[in-house]
Amino acid sequence: MPPAPAITDLEKLRNHPAVARLVGWNAAAVTGVKFDREEMTIYVDRDHIREACVVLKQDLACPFNFLSDVTCVDWHPAEPRFEVIYHLLSIPEKERVRLKVRLNSASPVVESLTSVWPGANYFEREVFDLFGVRFTGHPYLRRLLMPEDWEGHPLRKDYPVEGYR
Amino acid sequence: MILNMGPQHPSTHGVLRVLLEIDGETVVRMMPDIGFLHTGIEKTCEAKFYQQVVPLTDRIDYLCPMTNNLCYVLAVEKLLGLEIPPKAQWLRVLLNELTRINSHLVWLGTHAMDIGALTVFLYCFREREEILKIFEMASGQRMMTSYFRVGGIALEPPLGFFDRVREFAGSFPSKVDEYENLLTGNPIWAMRTKGVARMTAEDAIALGASGPTLRGSGVDLDLRRDMPYSSYEKFQFKVPVSGEGDVFARYLCRVQELRESTAIVRQALDGMPEGPIKADAPGVVLPDREKMKTQMEALIYHFKIITEGFAVPAGEVYQAVESPRGEMGYYIVSDGTAKPYRVHMRAACLANLQTLPKMCEGRLLADVVAAIGSIDIVLGEIDR
Repeated sequence: MPPAPAITDLEKLRNHPAVARLVGWNAAAVTGVKFDREEMTIYVDRDHIREACVVLKQDLACPFNFLSDVTCVDWHPAEPRFEVIYHLLSIPEKERVRLKVRLNSASPVVESLTSVWPGANYFEREVFDLFGVRFTGHPYLRRLLMPEDWEGHPLRKDYPVEGYR
Repeated sequence: MILNMGPQHPSTHGVLRVLLEIDGETVVRMMPDIGFLHTGIEKTCEAKFYQQVVPLTDRIDYLCPMTNNLCYVLAVEKLLGLEIPPKAQWLRVLLNELTRINSHLVWLGTHAMDIGALTVFLYCFREREEILKIFEMASGQRMMTSYFRVGGIALEPPLGFFDRVREFAGSFPSKVDEYENLLTGNPIWAMRTKGVARMTAEDAIALGASGPTLRGSGVDLDLRRDMPYSSYEKFQFKVPVSGEGDVFARYLCRVQELRESTAIVRQALDGMPEGPIKADAPGVVLPDREKMKTQMEALIYHFKIITEGFAVPAGEVYQAVESPRGEMGYYIVSDGTAKPYRVHMRAACLANLQTLPKMCEGRLLADVVAAIGSIDIVLGEIDR
């Protein structure tokens, strides 16, 4: 059977632990929510992402203490071009949440989460390597998978699948 | 002195390069360098239909191919909203656990071999041979099986398959006793692994470690039990957790998991339900070959699925499973067409690899080999 339609109304989703905590802390930082296929997605403003993660990590009711993944999607040629996606997991409560930050192609820069979770290190390096999104405050932002002298960011949509010869 | 370990090295379990700054025998600083096995699988997936991505997923974590398959097809089924019949789900669990045993046997054999216990390697690969024959019986392939499909299983398992699995599950626990006989009480093994490469629970969680690497430090998290998928909630099994956080603790966790997986395999055999092995979704699941040869509609569906793929409603999904190495996740973004817009694999080993510098700095050079073995990395998953 086809999946239920997505819910994007903030009022209906206010009771989810992550949404409630973030809206209670700073409602301006939450630019959108979506509940689709039983997964919660919260769109967070770029300037507040690190503090939002600290707030969620330190929540007493449902601490999102585990960073599962940091990745990126390129929506070229649509703007905002990049969406950096953070998957968080709360080990005590077994809840997942997805945070998304939208970035323009003019300035694909966002604050690094390595000060909150050291485990974000390799994930952010990979996003920098393959998409060109810079993370300020990262201790060692160098290419991870491609050779150091590679030019271009392979997972961008304007980079051909076959590569350049 | 700066010492380069790898990328060609018998103990790095793949093409891993580790830069070690050593002072005598003590490791002062350590930096892993990866990317030698990067083949751009995530980019390739964007150019293929959803069903064509399944063989690519086998090759990511090549020691547990069916687990990769399972994670991917579960994610696509979540996007589509498909209901999978119970027999397909139980078969998936059975094969997933056999894959876990397979992967842990490779880990045990190579880890023991690195530390010096060469006999264990031969014993483990003797058992692995039987499992590979079972996989070949079911799917035609020993390793890169691609046996799962979006909507169920590719083919009905052949006659004699369940008897062979039952025979294996009956004889395997005594083999695990053999391995434990050789290693667990062995004073040399204890000296090489007890107290080596310790990691606290807080560090493990902060660094994103999962699986036995996390459970060896005392954190009780297993996605099969805590966030079940594919009818895992119907199985009884214990999750081994050890609080010490050293190489020996992770070894104990994985060896115990060998026994628990055998128990799950036996439960799956005893309770296997009857029914179809593919979901009832004509536009997504390929029809039976007999129907395709005799009925026009089935032929048309077959043709359209193979040549045009099936369109998946727009959206995104993150599906995580408990692979032998930890939390393996697939993040798939669909834009409504027959090709995925973005497929991202959350590699358990990439996060586990970040724990390596924390474990090894300040320790002896020989402990680096034990630590690399204990986190059980597979470079295919790290580099994709």
